Amino acid sequence: MPDRPLKIALVEESPVRAEILEEGLRAVPEAQVVRIAEHANLLARIYALDPDVILIGLENPSRDVLEQMFQVSRIVRRPVGMFVDQTDRASIEAAVDAGVSAYVVDGLRKERVKSILDMTISRFNAFAKLRAELEQAKSQLEERKVVDRAKGILMRSKGIGEEQAYSLLRKVAMNEKKKIAEIAQSVITAAELLR
Amino acid sequence: MSADKIKIGFIPLVDAAIPVITADLGFAAQEGLEIELVREVSWSNIRDRLIFGHFEAAHMLAPVAVASSLGLGAIKAPLAAPIALGLNGNAITLSPRLHDELFERLEPSANPADPYATGRAFAHLVRDRRARGDEPPVLGMTFPFSTHNYQLRLWLDQAGLDPDVDLRLAVSPPPFMVDALASGHVEGFCVGAPWNSLAVELGLGRILHLGVDLVRRCPEKVLAMRTGLLLERPELGAALIRACEKAAQWLSEPENREETAERLASSDRLDVPAEIIRRTLDGRLPIGDGRGERQADDYIMFDETRPDPRHARWLFEQMKRWGQANGSAAEAAETVYRPDLYDAALGRTPPSLTDDPLGLFTSARG
Repeated sequence: MPDRPLKIALVEESPVRAEILEEGLRAVPEAQVVRIAEHANLLARIYALDPDVILIGLENPSRDVLEQMFQVSRIVRRPVGMFVDQTDRASIEAAVDAGVSAYVVDGLRKERVKSILDMTISRFNAFAKLRAELEQAKSQLEERKVVDRAKGILMRSKGIGEEQAYSLLRKVAMNEKKKIAEIAQSVITAAELLR
Repeated sequence: MSADKIKIGFIPLVDAAIPVITADLGFAAQEGLEIELVREVSWSNIRDRLIFGHFEAAHMLAPVAVASSLGLGAIKAPLAAPIALGLNGNAITLSPRLHDELFERLEPSANPADPYATGRAFAHLVRDRRARGDEPPVLGMTFPFSTHNYQLRLWLDQAGLDPDVDLRLAVSPPPFMVDALASGHVEGFCVGAPWNSLAVELGLGRILHLGVDLVRRCPEKVLAMRTGLLLERPELGAALIRACEKAAQWLSEPENREETAERLASSDRLDVPAEIIRRTLDGRLPIGDGRGERQADDYIMFDETRPDPRHARWLFEQMKRWGQANGSAAEAAETVYRPDLYDAALGRTPPSLTDDPLGLFTSARG
Protein backbone atom coordinates (compact mmCIF):
# COMPACT_ATOMS: atom_id res chain seq x y z
CA MET A 1 0.00 0.00 0.00
CA PRO A 2 1.52 3.36 -0.94
CA ASP A 3 2.06 5.87 1.84
CA ARG A 4 -0.31 8.77 1.89
CA PRO A 5 1.26 12.16 1.19
CA LEU A 6 3.22 13.33 4.15
CA LYS A 7 3.17 16.94 5.25
CA ILE A 8 6.35 18.33 6.77
CA ALA A 9 6.28 21.77 8.38
CA LEU A 10 9.68 23.42 8.40
CA VAL A 11 9.89 26.24 10.95
CA GLU A 12 12.99 27.97 9.66
CA GLU A 13 13.99 31.62 9.42
CA SER A 14 17.12 31.17 7.35
CA PRO A 15 16.19 30.92 3.67
CA VAL A 16 19.50 29.24 2.88
CA ARG A 17 19.10 26.46 5.40
CA ALA A 18 15.46 26.06 4.43
CA GLU A 19 16.50 25.60 0.80
CA ILE A 20 19.15 23.02 1.74
CA LEU A 21 16.62 21.09 3.82
CA GLU A 22 13.80 21.29 1.30
CA GLU A 23 16.07 20.00 -1.41
CA GLY A 24 17.01 17.01 0.71
CA LEU A 25 13.47 16.29 1.83
CA ARG A 26 12.22 16.26 -1.74
CA ALA A 27 13.96 12.89 -1.96
CA VAL A 28 11.53 11.50 0.63
CA PRO A 29 8.72 9.83 -1.32
CA GLU A 30 5.34 11.56 -1.17
CA ALA A 31 6.60 14.31 1.10
CA GLN A 32 5.31 17.84 0.89
CA VAL A 33 7.41 20.47 2.65
CA VAL A 34 5.89 23.75 3.82
CA ARG A 35 8.17 26.41 5.23
CA ILE A 36 7.02 28.72 8.01
CA ALA A 37 9.45 31.62 8.27
CA GLU A 38 7.99 33.97 10.88
CA HIS A 39 7.02 33.67 14.56
CA ALA A 40 3.69 35.44 14.36
CA ASN A 41 0.66 33.19 14.64
CA LEU A 42 2.85 30.11 14.54
CA LEU A 43 0.32 27.86 16.28
CA ALA A 44 -2.57 28.99 14.10
CA ARG A 45 -0.53 28.27 10.99
CA ILE A 46 0.50 24.85 12.27
CA TYR A 47 -3.10 23.95 13.12
CA ALA A 48 -4.24 25.04 9.67
CA LEU A 49 -1.50 23.01 8.01
CA ASP A 50 -2.06 19.93 10.18
CA PRO A 51 1.41 18.50 9.48
CA ASP A 52 2.66 14.99 10.14
CA VAL A 53 6.12 16.18 11.04
CA ILE A 54 7.38 19.53 12.34
CA LEU A 55 11.08 20.38 12.08
CA ILE A 56 12.55 23.31 13.98
CA GLY A 57 16.11 24.40 14.70
CA LEU A 58 17.22 24.50 18.32
CA GLU A 59 18.20 28.16 18.08
CA ASN A 60 14.59 29.07 17.28
CA PRO A 61 12.82 30.42 20.40
CA SER A 62 9.48 29.30 18.96
CA ARG A 63 10.24 25.78 20.15
CA ASP A 64 8.58 26.52 23.47
CA VAL A 65 5.53 27.83 21.62
CA LEU A 66 5.32 24.56 19.73
CA GLU A 67 5.54 22.52 22.92
CA GLN A 68 2.31 24.11 24.08
CA MET A 69 0.59 22.20 21.29
CA PHE A 70 1.03 18.90 23.04
CA GLN A 71 -0.78 20.25 26.08
CA VAL A 72 -3.95 21.68 24.62
CA SER A 73 -5.26 18.40 23.35
CA ARG A 74 -8.72 19.88 22.98
CA ILE A 75 -7.51 21.96 20.07
CA VAL A 76 -5.17 19.58 18.30
CA ARG A 77 -6.85 17.07 16.09
CA ARG A 78 -4.08 14.52 16.17
CA PRO A 79 -1.68 13.91 19.00
CA VAL A 80 1.76 15.26 18.25
CA GLY A 81 4.79 14.41 20.29
CA MET A 82 8.45 15.01 20.12
CA PHE A 83 9.15 11.33 20.23
CA VAL A 84 7.49 8.57 18.32
CA ASP A 85 8.37 6.22 21.08
CA GLN A 86 11.18 5.76 23.51
CA THR A 87 13.08 3.41 21.17
CA ASP A 88 13.74 6.33 18.82
CA ARG A 89 15.84 7.97 21.48
CA ALA A 90 19.05 7.52 19.47
CA SER A 91 17.60 9.30 16.42
CA ILE A 92 16.28 12.11 18.57
CA GLU A 93 19.61 12.44 20.33
CA ALA A 94 21.40 12.63 16.97
CA ALA A 95 18.96 15.33 15.88
CA VAL A 96 19.54 17.40 19.02
CA ASP A 97 23.30 16.99 18.53
CA ALA A 98 22.88 18.35 15.00
CA GLY A 99 20.86 21.29 16.34
CA VAL A 100 17.34 20.40 15.25
CA SER A 101 14.29 18.93 16.88
CA ALA A 102 11.50 17.00 15.27
CA TYR A 103 7.90 16.65 16.36
CA VAL A 104 6.02 13.76 14.85
CA VAL A 105 2.37 12.77 14.89
CA ASP A 106 1.45 9.63 16.68
CA GLY A 107 1.11 6.55 14.51
CA LEU A 108 3.46 7.55 11.71
CA ARG A 109 5.45 4.55 10.49
CA LYS A 110 8.83 4.36 12.13
CA GLU A 111 10.83 3.82 8.95
CA ARG A 112 9.35 6.93 7.44
CA VAL A 113 10.17 8.96 10.53
CA LYS A 114 13.69 7.62 10.50
CA SER A 115 14.31 8.44 6.84
CA ILE A 116 13.08 12.00 7.38
CA LEU A 117 15.14 12.43 10.52
CA ASP A 118 18.29 11.02 8.91
CA MET A 119 17.89 13.37 5.97
CA THR A 120 17.27 16.35 8.26
CA ILE A 121 20.28 15.57 10.40
CA SER A 122 22.62 15.21 7.43
CA ARG A 123 21.33 18.46 5.91
CA PHE A 124 21.65 20.33 9.20
CA ASN A 125 25.21 19.09 9.53
CA ALA A 126 25.93 20.08 5.94
CA PHE A 127 24.61 23.58 6.62
CA ALA A 128 26.68 23.87 9.81
CA LYS A 129 29.78 22.89 7.84
CA LEU A 130 28.96 25.40 5.13
CA ARG A 131 28.50 28.12 7.70
CA ALA A 132 31.79 27.23 9.41
CA GLU A 133 33.59 27.41 6.06
CA LEU A 134 31.99 30.75 5.33
CA GLU A 135 33.01 32.07 8.75
CA GLN A 136 36.55 30.89 8.14
CA ALA A 137 36.69 32.50 4.72
CA LYS A 138 35.34 35.71 6.23
CA SER A 139 37.87 35.78 9.03
CA GLN A 140 40.69 35.02 6.58
CA LEU A 141 39.59 37.99 4.51
CA GLU A 142 39.50 40.16 7.63
CA GLU A 143 42.96 38.99 8.61
CA ARG A 144 44.32 39.82 5.19
CA LYS A 145 42.89 43.32 5.47
CA VAL A 146 44.53 43.82 8.86
CA VAL A 147 47.88 42.56 7.59
CA ASP A 148 47.65 44.86 4.55
CA ARG A 149 46.96 47.88 6.75
CA ALA A 150 49.85 47.02 9.07
CA LYS A 151 52.16 46.58 6.09
CA GLY A 152 51.18 50.03 4.85
CA ILE A 153 51.93 51.59 8.23
CA LEU A 154 55.34 49.93 8.41
CA MET A 155 56.19 50.87 4.82
CA ARG A 156 55.39 54.53 5.47
CA SER A 157 56.98 54.90 8.88
CA LYS A 158 60.13 52.90 8.16
CA GLY A 159 60.46 53.72 4.49
CA ILE A 160 60.68 50.05 3.49
CA GLY A 161 59.13 47.94 0.73
CA GLU A 162 56.09 45.73 0.95
CA GLU A 163 58.04 42.50 1.07
CA GLN A 164 60.29 43.79 3.84
CA ALA A 165 57.28 44.96 5.83
CA TYR A 166 55.71 41.54 5.56
CA SER A 167 58.84 39.66 6.60
CA LEU A 168 59.20 42.00 9.57
CA LEU A 169 55.67 41.12 10.70
CA ARG A 170 56.37 37.44 10.16
CA LYS A 171 59.64 37.56 12.10
CA VAL A 172 58.01 39.23 15.11
CA ALA A 173 55.12 36.79 14.96
CA MET A 174 57.48 33.85 15.00
CA ASN A 175 59.54 35.27 17.84
CA GLU A 176 56.47 35.96 19.95
CA LYS A 177 54.71 32.75 18.94
CA LYS A 178 51.67 34.68 17.73
CA LYS A 179 49.71 34.85 14.51
CA ILE A 180 50.79 37.42 11.93
CA ALA A 181 47.30 38.96 12.10
CA GLU A 182 47.70 39.52 15.84
CA ILE A 183 51.01 41.32 15.40
CA ALA A 184 49.49 43.31 12.54
CA GLN A 185 46.62 44.33 14.82
CA SER A 186 49.09 45.52 17.48
CA VAL A 187 50.90 47.61 14.86
CA ILE A 188 47.59 49.24 13.87
CA THR A 189 46.62 49.85 17.51
CA ALA A 190 50.03 51.35 18.29
CA ALA A 191 49.87 53.57 15.22
CA GLU A 192 46.44 54.82 16.25
CA LEU A 193 47.69 55.60 19.76
CA LEU A 194 50.72 57.47 18.44
CA ARG A 195 48.78 59.42 15.86
CA MET B 1 44.76 19.09 40.05
CA SER B 2 43.00 20.63 37.09
CA ALA B 3 39.48 21.90 37.53
CA ASP B 4 36.44 19.87 36.47
CA LYS B 5 34.99 21.67 33.47
CA ILE B 6 31.21 21.69 33.38
CA LYS B 7 28.61 23.43 31.28
CA ILE B 8 25.47 24.95 32.76
CA GLY B 9 22.64 26.10 30.51
CA PHE B 10 20.57 29.09 31.60
CA ILE B 11 17.70 31.29 30.44
CA PRO B 12 18.09 35.08 30.83
CA LEU B 13 16.32 35.67 34.15
CA VAL B 14 17.29 37.19 37.50
CA ASP B 15 16.91 33.78 39.14
CA ALA B 16 19.86 32.54 37.06
CA ALA B 17 21.91 34.58 39.56
CA ILE B 18 23.10 31.59 41.60
CA PRO B 19 24.83 29.79 38.70
CA VAL B 20 26.12 33.11 37.34
CA ILE B 21 27.65 34.18 40.67
CA THR B 22 28.91 30.65 41.31
CA ALA B 23 30.82 30.83 38.02
CA ASP B 24 31.95 34.46 38.30
CA LEU B 25 33.12 34.92 41.87
CA GLY B 26 35.33 31.93 42.48
CA PHE B 27 32.81 29.83 44.42
CA ALA B 28 33.08 27.18 41.72
CA ALA B 29 36.88 27.39 41.62
CA GLN B 30 37.02 26.85 45.41
CA GLU B 31 35.29 23.53 44.80
CA GLY B 32 37.58 22.57 41.92
CA LEU B 33 35.00 23.39 39.26
CA GLU B 34 35.27 25.51 36.14
CA ILE B 35 31.83 26.52 34.91
CA GLU B 36 31.00 27.54 31.37
CA LEU B 37 27.61 29.24 31.26
CA VAL B 38 25.60 28.71 28.08
CA ARG B 39 22.71 31.08 27.41
CA GLU B 40 19.77 29.28 25.88
CA VAL B 41 16.71 30.51 23.98
CA SER B 42 14.07 28.02 25.12
CA TRP B 43 13.16 25.79 28.05
CA SER B 44 12.80 22.93 25.56
CA ASN B 45 16.47 23.33 24.66
CA ILE B 46 17.49 23.51 28.31
CA ARG B 47 15.66 20.24 28.92
CA ASP B 48 16.86 18.35 25.83
CA ARG B 49 20.44 19.53 26.00
CA LEU B 50 20.63 18.52 29.66
CA ILE B 51 19.06 15.13 28.96
CA PHE B 52 21.40 14.41 26.04
CA GLY B 53 24.53 15.45 27.89
CA HIS B 54 25.36 18.81 26.28
CA PHE B 55 25.16 20.27 29.79
CA GLU B 56 26.15 18.78 33.14
CA ALA B 57 23.59 20.95 34.93
CA ALA B 58 20.90 23.46 34.05
CA HIS B 59 18.92 26.39 35.41
CA MET B 60 15.55 24.72 34.97
CA LEU B 61 11.90 25.34 35.75
CA ALA B 62 11.16 23.03 38.67
CA PRO B 63 8.09 21.53 36.96
CA VAL B 64 10.15 20.70 33.84
CA ALA B 65 12.49 18.58 35.98
CA VAL B 66 9.45 16.79 37.42
CA ALA B 67 7.75 16.38 34.02
CA SER B 68 10.90 14.96 32.36
CA SER B 69 11.37 12.46 35.14
CA LEU B 70 7.77 11.30 34.72
CA GLY B 71 7.95 11.30 30.91
CA LEU B 72 5.31 14.01 30.50
CA GLY B 73 5.40 15.99 27.28
CA ALA B 74 8.84 14.79 26.20
CA ILE B 75 11.30 11.96 26.38
CA LYS B 76 11.32 10.26 29.75
CA ALA B 77 14.61 11.00 31.45
CA PRO B 78 15.20 10.91 35.19
CA LEU B 79 16.38 14.30 36.42
CA ALA B 80 17.20 15.38 39.95
CA ALA B 81 17.09 18.70 41.75
CA PRO B 82 19.87 18.57 44.36
CA ILE B 83 19.53 22.29 45.08
CA ALA B 84 16.81 24.87 44.47
CA LEU B 85 17.87 28.20 42.92
CA GLY B 86 15.80 30.21 45.40
CA LEU B 87 12.07 30.89 45.55
CA ASN B 88 9.65 33.40 43.97
CA GLY B 89 10.39 36.23 41.54
CA ASN B 90 7.33 36.21 39.29
CA ALA B 91 4.73 38.87 38.67
CA ILE B 92 1.58 39.32 36.61
CA THR B 93 1.70 42.32 34.29
CA LEU B 94 -1.16 43.66 32.18
CA SER B 95 -1.20 46.13 29.30
CA PRO B 96 -2.33 49.59 30.50
CA ARG B 97 -5.63 49.08 28.66
CA LEU B 98 -6.39 45.71 30.25
CA HIS B 99 -5.25 47.06 33.61
CA ASP B 100 -7.68 49.98 33.28
CA GLU B 101 -10.48 47.61 32.24
CA LEU B 102 -9.84 45.51 35.35
CA PHE B 103 -9.59 48.47 37.74
CA GLU B 104 -12.89 49.89 36.45
CA ARG B 105 -14.47 46.71 37.80
CA LEU B 106 -12.58 46.53 41.08
CA GLU B 107 -14.74 47.08 44.15
CA PRO B 108 -13.98 50.56 45.56
CA SER B 109 -12.81 49.29 48.97
CA ALA B 110 -10.79 46.41 47.53
CA ASN B 111 -7.09 45.97 48.17
CA PRO B 112 -5.55 45.74 44.68
CA ALA B 113 -2.96 43.27 46.02
CA ASP B 114 -5.79 40.89 47.00
CA PRO B 115 -5.97 38.23 44.27
CA TYR B 116 -9.57 37.38 45.22
CA ALA B 117 -10.62 40.97 44.54
CA THR B 118 -8.67 41.30 41.29
CA GLY B 119 -9.90 37.85 40.26
CA ARG B 120 -13.53 38.92 40.67
CA ALA B 121 -12.88 42.05 38.64
CA PHE B 122 -11.11 40.05 35.94
CA ALA B 123 -13.96 37.52 35.72
CA HIS B 124 -16.34 40.46 35.36
CA LEU B 125 -14.17 41.85 32.58
CA VAL B 126 -14.08 38.52 30.72
CA ARG B 127 -17.89 38.21 30.94
CA ASP B 128 -18.34 41.78 29.71
CA ARG B 129 -16.12 41.14 26.71
CA ARG B 130 -18.01 37.98 25.89
CA ALA B 131 -21.33 39.82 26.15
CA ARG B 132 -20.03 42.42 23.71
CA GLY B 133 -18.84 39.67 21.37
CA ASP B 134 -15.22 40.76 21.80
CA GLU B 135 -12.22 38.48 21.79
CA PRO B 136 -11.30 37.05 25.20
CA PRO B 137 -7.97 38.21 26.68
CA VAL B 138 -4.81 36.30 25.79
CA LEU B 139 -2.30 36.01 28.64
CA GLY B 140 1.30 34.94 28.17
CA MET B 141 3.20 32.43 30.26
CA THR B 142 6.59 30.87 29.82
CA PHE B 143 6.05 27.15 29.35
CA PRO B 144 3.30 24.55 29.81
CA PHE B 145 5.26 23.09 32.75
CA SER B 146 5.95 26.34 34.58
CA THR B 147 4.91 28.01 37.79
CA HIS B 148 3.84 30.96 35.63
CA ASN B 149 1.25 28.75 34.00
CA TYR B 150 0.14 27.40 37.38
CA GLN B 151 0.10 30.81 39.11
CA LEU B 152 -2.09 32.29 36.39
CA ARG B 153 -4.37 29.28 36.53
CA LEU B 154 -4.58 29.48 40.33
CA TRP B 155 -5.67 33.11 40.08
CA LEU B 156 -8.17 32.46 37.25
CA ASP B 157 -9.54 29.29 38.82
CA GLN B 158 -10.41 30.87 42.18
CA ALA B 159 -12.18 33.60 40.21
CA GLY B 160 -14.40 30.96 38.62
CA LEU B 161 -12.77 31.19 35.18
CA ASP B 162 -11.73 28.17 33.13
CA PRO B 163 -8.30 29.10 31.71
CA ASP B 164 -8.80 26.74 28.76
CA VAL B 165 -12.27 27.96 27.84
CA ASP B 166 -12.86 31.52 29.03
CA LEU B 167 -9.57 32.95 27.77
CA ARG B 168 -6.35 31.86 26.13
CA LEU B 169 -2.94 31.24 27.62
CA ALA B 170 -0.06 31.52 25.15
CA VAL B 171 3.55 30.45 25.61
CA SER B 172 6.44 32.83 25.05
CA PRO B 173 10.03 32.44 26.27
CA PRO B 174 10.81 35.06 28.97
CA PRO B 175 13.03 37.38 26.89
CA PHE B 176 10.32 37.57 24.20
CA MET B 177 7.46 38.28 26.59
CA VAL B 178 7.78 42.07 26.40
CA ASP B 179 7.81 41.87 22.58
CA ALA B 180 4.66 39.75 22.70
CA LEU B 181 2.98 42.48 24.76
CA ALA B 182 4.28 45.24 22.48
CA SER B 183 2.99 43.48 19.37
CA GLY B 184 -0.43 42.83 20.96
CA HIS B 185 0.07 39.08 20.73
CA VAL B 186 -0.76 38.97 24.46
CA GLU B 187 -2.53 41.52 26.71
CA GLY B 188 -0.72 40.51 29.84
CA PHE B 189 1.54 37.82 31.20
CA CYS B 190 3.07 36.05 34.13
CA VAL B 191 6.85 35.91 33.92
CA GLY B 192 9.92 36.03 36.16
CA ALA B 193 12.16 39.01 36.92
CA PRO B 194 13.24 41.27 35.31
CA TRP B 195 10.81 41.06 32.38
CA ASN B 196 7.81 42.54 34.23
CA SER B 197 9.91 45.54 35.23
CA LEU B 198 11.19 45.97 31.69
CA ALA B 199 7.60 46.14 30.42
CA VAL B 200 6.83 48.75 33.10
CA GLU B 201 9.93 50.76 32.18
CA LEU B 202 8.94 50.81 28.52
CA GLY B 203 5.40 51.94 29.40
CA LEU B 204 3.97 48.75 27.88
CA GLY B 205 2.61 47.18 31.04
CA ARG B 206 1.60 47.66 34.66
CA ILE B 207 2.28 45.14 37.38
CA LEU B 208 -0.97 43.75 38.77
CA HIS B 209 0.36 41.12 41.16
CA LEU B 210 3.64 40.03 42.57
CA GLY B 211 3.99 36.27 42.55
CA VAL B 212 3.99 36.32 46.37
CA ASP B 213 0.39 37.65 46.34
CA LEU B 214 -0.64 34.24 45.02
CA VAL B 215 1.99 31.89 46.42
CA ARG B 216 4.11 33.18 49.30
CA ARG B 217 6.82 30.54 48.91
CA CYS B 218 6.67 29.44 45.30
CA PRO B 219 9.10 26.87 43.90
CA GLU B 220 10.71 28.34 40.83
CA LYS B 221 14.01 27.20 39.27
CA VAL B 222 16.16 24.33 40.37
CA LEU B 223 19.65 23.29 39.42
CA ALA B 224 18.76 20.15 37.50
CA MET B 225 21.15 17.30 36.78
CA ARG B 226 20.79 13.87 35.25
CA THR B 227 20.19 11.31 37.97
CA GLY B 228 22.67 9.05 36.17
CA LEU B 229 25.45 11.62 36.36
CA LEU B 230 24.80 12.15 40.08
CA LEU B 231 25.11 8.41 40.64
CA GLU B 232 28.27 8.14 38.55
CA ARG B 233 29.96 11.20 39.99
CA PRO B 234 28.45 12.00 43.37
CA GLU B 235 31.43 14.24 44.23
CA LEU B 236 30.59 16.49 41.27
CA GLY B 237 27.03 17.00 42.51
CA ALA B 238 28.26 17.67 46.05
CA ALA B 239 30.82 20.22 44.84
CA LEU B 240 28.17 22.03 42.78
CA ILE B 241 25.75 22.11 45.72
CA ARG B 242 28.41 23.63 47.98
CA ALA B 243 29.49 26.18 45.36
CA CYS B 244 25.90 27.22 44.64
CA GLU B 245 25.09 27.47 48.35
CA LYS B 246 28.00 29.87 48.88
CA ALA B 247 26.78 31.95 45.94
CA ALA B 248 23.25 31.94 47.40
CA GLN B 249 24.54 33.24 50.74
CA TRP B 250 26.56 35.94 48.96
CA LEU B 251 23.49 36.92 46.93
CA SER B 252 21.42 37.28 50.07
CA GLU B 253 23.60 40.13 51.37
CA PRO B 254 21.96 43.44 50.39
CA GLU B 255 25.36 45.10 49.87
CA ASN B 256 26.05 42.69 47.01
CA ARG B 257 22.96 43.65 45.04
CA GLU B 258 24.68 46.33 42.99
CA GLU B 259 27.38 43.96 41.79
CA THR B 260 24.79 41.26 41.12
CA ALA B 261 22.74 43.65 38.99
CA GLU B 262 25.84 44.72 37.06
CA ARG B 263 26.91 41.16 36.39
CA LEU B 264 23.46 40.01 35.28
CA ALA B 265 23.01 43.10 33.07
CA SER B 266 25.82 42.27 30.66
CA SER B 267 24.97 41.56 27.05
CA ASP B 268 25.88 37.87 27.27
CA ARG B 269 23.64 37.38 30.31
CA LEU B 270 20.29 39.21 30.55
CA ASP B 271 21.14 42.21 28.39
CA VAL B 272 18.79 44.43 30.45
CA PRO B 273 19.86 47.69 32.19
CA ALA B 274 21.32 47.07 35.66
CA GLU B 275 18.95 49.54 37.39
CA ILE B 276 15.92 47.53 36.24
CA ILE B 277 17.46 44.32 37.59
CA ARG B 278 18.34 46.14 40.81
CA ARG B 279 14.68 46.95 41.61
CA THR B 280 13.76 43.31 41.42
CA LEU B 281 16.60 42.38 43.79
CA ASP B 282 15.44 45.11 46.21
CA GLY B 283 11.83 43.94 46.01
CA ARG B 284 10.73 47.52 45.24
CA LEU B 285 8.89 47.41 41.96
CA PRO B 286 7.28 50.45 40.34
CA ILE B 287 3.83 49.36 39.10
CA GLY B 288 3.95 51.67 36.10
CA ASP B 289 2.48 54.95 34.89
CA GLY B 290 3.40 56.67 38.17
CA ARG B 291 1.04 54.55 40.23
CA GLY B 292 3.55 53.96 42.98
CA GLU B 293 5.47 50.82 43.76
CA ARG B 294 4.97 47.42 45.33
CA GLN B 295 7.36 46.36 48.07
CA ALA B 296 8.01 42.82 49.18
CA ASP B 297 11.20 41.65 50.86
CA ASP B 298 10.45 38.13 49.70
CA TYR B 299 9.69 39.10 46.08
CA ILE B 300 12.71 37.02 45.10
CA MET B 301 14.70 34.93 47.60
CA PHE B 302 18.09 33.37 46.94
CA ASP B 303 18.83 31.77 50.32
CA GLU B 304 15.92 29.31 50.10
CA THR B 305 17.93 26.58 48.45
CA ARG B 306 17.04 23.39 50.31
CA PRO B 307 14.77 21.40 47.97
CA ASP B 308 11.43 20.78 49.69
CA PRO B 309 9.79 17.65 48.20
CA ARG B 310 6.39 19.08 49.18
CA HIS B 311 7.00 21.66 46.43
CA ALA B 312 7.48 18.88 43.89
CA ARG B 313 4.26 17.26 45.11
CA TRP B 314 2.37 20.53 44.74
CA LEU B 315 3.71 20.97 41.21
CA PHE B 316 2.56 17.45 40.35
CA GLU B 317 -0.90 18.25 41.75
CA GLN B 318 -1.05 21.27 39.43
CA MET B 319 -0.14 19.04 36.47
CA LYS B 320 -2.97 16.71 37.42
CA ARG B 321 -5.39 19.54 38.06
CA TRP B 322 -4.80 20.90 34.54
CA GLY B 323 -4.78 17.61 32.65
CA GLN B 324 -1.05 17.36 32.03
CA ALA B 325 -0.65 14.28 34.20
CA ASN B 326 -2.86 11.57 35.52
CA GLY B 327 -2.49 8.71 37.92
CA SER B 328 -0.69 8.66 41.17
CA ALA B 329 2.90 9.54 40.46
CA ALA B 330 3.04 12.04 43.31
CA GLU B 331 5.70 10.04 45.12
CA ALA B 332 7.80 9.70 41.97
CA ALA B 333 7.47 13.46 41.54
CA GLU B 334 8.63 14.08 45.10
CA THR B 335 11.79 12.04 44.60
CA VAL B 336 13.00 14.48 41.93
CA TYR B 337 13.77 16.89 44.77
CA ARG B 338 16.84 15.65 46.64
CA PRO B 339 17.21 17.28 50.07
CA ASP B 340 19.23 14.20 51.07
CA LEU B 341 22.02 15.12 48.61
CA TYR B 342 21.79 18.76 49.71
CA ASP B 343 22.10 17.95 53.41
CA ALA B 344 24.92 15.47 52.82
CA ALA B 345 26.96 17.86 50.65
CA LEU B 346 26.66 20.67 53.22
CA GLY B 347 27.04 18.40 56.26
CA ARG B 348 23.76 19.61 57.71
CA THR B 349 21.12 17.74 59.61
CA PRO B 350 17.64 17.94 58.09
CA PRO B 351 15.81 20.98 59.50
CA SER B 352 12.30 20.76 60.89
CA LEU B 353 9.97 21.81 58.12
CA THR B 354 7.53 24.69 58.18
CA ASP B 355 3.86 23.76 58.46
CA ASP B 356 2.85 25.41 55.21
CA PRO B 357 5.37 25.00 52.41
CA LEU B 358 3.55 27.29 49.98
CA GLY B 359 1.33 29.96 51.54
CA LEU B 360 -1.41 30.29 48.94
CA PHE B 361 -3.23 33.66 48.82
CA THR B 362 -1.73 34.83 52.11
CA SER B 363 -1.69 38.44 50.87
CA ALA B 364 -5.50 38.42 50.96
CA ARG B 365 -5.44 37.65 54.69
CA GLY B 366 -3.20 40.60 55.55
